[in-house]
Amino acid sequence: MATSTASRYSGLAIVLHWVLAVAIIGAFAVGVYQDELPLSPTRIKLINWHKWTGVTILALSVLRLIWRVTHRPPALPKSIEQAMPAWQRVAYHGTHHLMYLLFFAVPLVGWAYSSAHGYPIVLFGVLPLPDLVAPNPALAEAIKPWHGLLAFGLMGLVALHVAAALKHQFIDRDGLLDRMRPGR
Amino acid sequence: MLKNSLINLNRRVAAAVLLASALAPAAWADQTIDPAQSEVTFVAKQLGVPLDGAFKRYSVQMAFDPKKPADSRVALQIDLGSVAVNVDADRELRQPAWFNTAGFPKATFQSTTVKAVSRDHFNVTGKLSIKGQVRDVTIPVQMAQLNGVTVAQGAFTLKRLDFKVGEGDWADTSVVANDVQVRFKLVIKGVPAL
Repeated sequence: MATSTASRYSGLAIVLHWVLAVAIIGAFAVGVYQDELPLSPTRIKLINWHKWTGVTILALSVLRLIWRVTHRPPALPKSIEQAMPAWQRVAYHGTHHLMYLLFFAVPLVGWAYSSAHGYPIVLFGVLPLPDLVAPNPALAEAIKPWHGLLAFGLMGLVALHVAAALKHQFIDRDGLLDRMRPGR
Repeated sequence: MLKNSLINLNRRVAAAVLLASALAPAAWADQTIDPAQSEVTFVAKQLGVPLDGAFKRYSVQMAFDPKKPADSRVALQIDLGSVAVNVDADRELRQPAWFNTAGFPKATFQSTTVKAVSRDHFNVTGKLSIKGQVRDVTIPVQMAQLNGVTVAQGAFTLKRLDFKVGEGDWADTSVVANDVQVRFKLVIKGVPAL
C-alpha cells in the first residue's frame, strides 16, 4: 500500500529520527565497549566521545520533542490501525512514550554520574558544561548502575521498535516504513 | 693529647655553628608550617577536562627573611604516594608510567635564589626534582601576614613530560595535557615581619 506525501513524517522529524538512531546506538556500543577496557588513553578518548555524543543526543532530543509537540506526526493509516489488536496499540504508544522518556533520562543520569565522579563534561574538549551534582564518590557509585540499566532498557525498546517496523515491512507488507524513509 | 685537641676543636666548631645559627636571619627549625591549613594541589587536563588533585603529605623547611631574601632558603619534599585525585586515578598515578612511587617516592624542591619583587612578593628559583628529572623553576610567591602567621601562596605551570610523568602511551598530550598547574598555600609560623 502506497502512502501519500501528507502521511509522511516532516523532513526534520525524519532527519532527527535517523541521526539520533545512529547516535544512540553508537553511544550505547561505545559505552558498553569502553566499560571493559583497562585505563588507557584510548579508553579516555572513548569515554569522552561517549559523553559528547550523549550531550548531543540530549540537545537533539530537546529539539525533537519541541518539533514533535508543534508538528503532529501523521496518524496511522486507517487500514493499519484497524488491523492492530488493542494490545499492539497500547504497545505502540507505550514504546514511543518510554523511548522519549529515556532519550532524556539516559544522558542526564550519565551526566550526573560524570559530575558526581568529579569529571566535569567539557563538550568537544572546548565547552565546559555545568556539573549536575557536586562531586561525591558515594553518590557516583549509587548513580552508576542506573545509567547502564536505563541504557539497556532503551536498547530493549529500540529492539522492539525495530522488530515492529520490520514486521510491518516484511510480514504485513503495509508500507508503514515509507512514512519515516529518508529521501523523496 | 691529640684526642684532647680534637675534642677541643669539636667544641669550637660546635660553638661556631651555634653562634652562626643564632646570628642567622632565621634558623630552619624556627619556621614550621601548619599542615591542617596548608595545601599543595594541582590541576591536570584530560581532553580539556580539568582534574583537581592534591598531595596530602609533604614537608617544608624554611629559613625565610623577607628583609634578607638573598639569605633565605626553602626546601620541600612531597610524598608522591599521597596523591589524591580519585581512587582510580590515585592507583594509576603511582604506577611506573606516571610517578613510579616505588622507584621515586618523593618530589623535592630546593631553592637556589630568592628575589624580592615587592614587599610581599618574591620569586623563588630552585631545583625541582621529580622522578629523577631535575629542572630549574621560578615560583612566584605572594605573602601575607596576620597575627604572626604567614600565608605564602603561589602557582606555576610545569610540563609533565619534562619529568617523564606519563610515559609510553600516556605521553600523548592530546589526551592528558603536558601543562600541569601546581598551586600551593603554606601557612607558616615564625617568619619575620614583611
